Amino acid sequence: MKYLISRRFTQISVIALYIAAHVWGLKILEGNLSSSILFSTVPLSDPYAVLQMFVAGSVITTDVLIGAVIIALFYGLVGGRMFCSWVCPINMVTDAANWLRRKLGISHVQKRVYMSRNLRFWVLGLSLVLSFLMGLTAFELVSPISMLHRGLIFGMGFGFSAVLIIFFFDLFVHENGWCGYICPLGGFYSILGKFSLLRVTHNVDNCTECMECKVVCPEKEVLHMVAKHSATVTMGECTNCARCIEVCNDDALNFSIRNLANRSKK
Amino acid sequence: MSKENISSRRKFLLTSVRAAGLATIGALVWSSMLEESVANSLILRPPGALPEEDFLKSCIKCGLCVSACPYDTLKLAAPGDHKPMGTPFFDARDIPCYMCTDIPCVPVCPTGALDELSVTTDGELDINIARMGVAVIDSDACIAFWGIQCDACHRACPLIGEAIKLEYDQNKRTGKHAYLKPVVVNDVCTGCGMCEHACITEKASITIIPREVVLGKAGNHYVKGWDEKDQQRVKDAHGGTTTTEISKRSALDGLNDETDLY
Repeated sequence: MKYLISRRFTQISVIALYIAAHVWGLKILEGNLSSSILFSTVPLSDPYAVLQMFVAGSVITTDVLIGAVIIALFYGLVGGRMFCSWVCPINMVTDAANWLRRKLGISHVQKRVYMSRNLRFWVLGLSLVLSFLMGLTAFELVSPISMLHRGLIFGMGFGFSAVLIIFFFDLFVHENGWCGYICPLGGFYSILGKFSLLRVTHNVDNCTECMECKVVCPEKEVLHMVAKHSATVTMGECTNCARCIEVCNDDALNFSIRNLANRSKK
Repeated sequence: MSKENISSRRKFLLTSVRAAGLATIGALVWSSMLEESVANSLILRPPGALPEEDFLKSCIKCGLCVSACPYDTLKLAAPGDHKPMGTPFFDARDIPCYMCTDIPCVPVCPTGALDELSVTTDGELDINIARMGVAVIDSDACIAFWGIQCDACHRACPLIGEAIKLEYDQNKRTGKHAYLKPVVVNDVCTGCGMCEHACITEKASITIIPREVVLGKAGNHYVKGWDEKDQQRVKDAHGGTTTTEISKRSALDGLNDETDLY
């Protein structure tokens, strides 16, 4: 449970700090997940949003560029696709939908809807093409992620309907449909985080082949080695959410630093 | 079609065509959503905002300007506001821009969508050169134009006497009263909206509208001959003589000749 609690803690405290900055002027983390200022000095920006701005033809300022580089370096070198499971508020929505889906057993009565995991990369590509052609930040203007975090901080409007769409989509249409198939931000961080250091490692010697990890994993493909051979999860799609680690009773899955894991194998 | 084996070449072609088709559907649906979302041109932006088209490219929708505004003037457009989502705007009738001299909303902008230079004179922030919009008066609804004395907008204007002037006129209906008509000086008006906020009619008779929507442009070929500065634009111009050939036919024939009409 410790990882689940830490994830919820970071997710909620990030939003809480933004709200505190906006409502009470507590200047720790100001702005929102698109762009913010840490301790009134360090700029932080969503690199995907900045990329869309750049493609749309905006002049990128130093502040935003530094902010985007800081975030990109953090996830690219250290965290991988950690944003999705540790920061993004939509994660709580889709986790809830997924939990309910398992409890109700919806997968048992539902016909399988085919969607490709690669859909998100198409959406990602399309967002950049449209940003370029229309001179707009194509995903930012329709992003349900932004609607939620911005809504929580600055006022929701009808934003809850977008959140509800995602909840119902994941509950009734496709398991992990939004985060695992469509969201271009997830796709962006999958590419960016491919070579990051923090990784889940599988030790086949401890594995009892219960396959609980594959049940809870929102990106099942990344655990292809489970019960087959010991290996580090190298696919960028892994969100480092640690659900697999928590569900494993046999200590067959753990976090590791990529290079150390490789060395210990030799 | 029967389940015959298709060549890998055919399979590749079909897959590519299908992918292109799906991408086109996505692009069309998505772009129409985007078109709709930015279709509203009657939005008042914070001071120093780039022209709307560039503003939409550059605004990262972080809300730092909104947090910085001490009067809660600025809001971030939420779904249902019918404005490009997440971008800052204000409704002058509700809360106008109070024209803070230190303009806290502008320097915090990380992307330059709010351009500090556009509100800077001689190295210092100057809110008076902000151009958020321009006030437009409905002279039918404005009671000052009826002859009733009201100068609420004029009094509320932070550039009183400069951006809104009072024009005196005779009230010919009564024969003994005066009109005090508010007149907006478009060049000076910042579009802060304090006039719209102060307007006493049921629905405001003075409204802030984005400048690019409402202001006209005479074109370079019009020169104000009475304005020395404007006259300078054509100081090097030298007139040639244009001669038009005069018709040799009689005027009466010209009027009766229908061929030129159609």
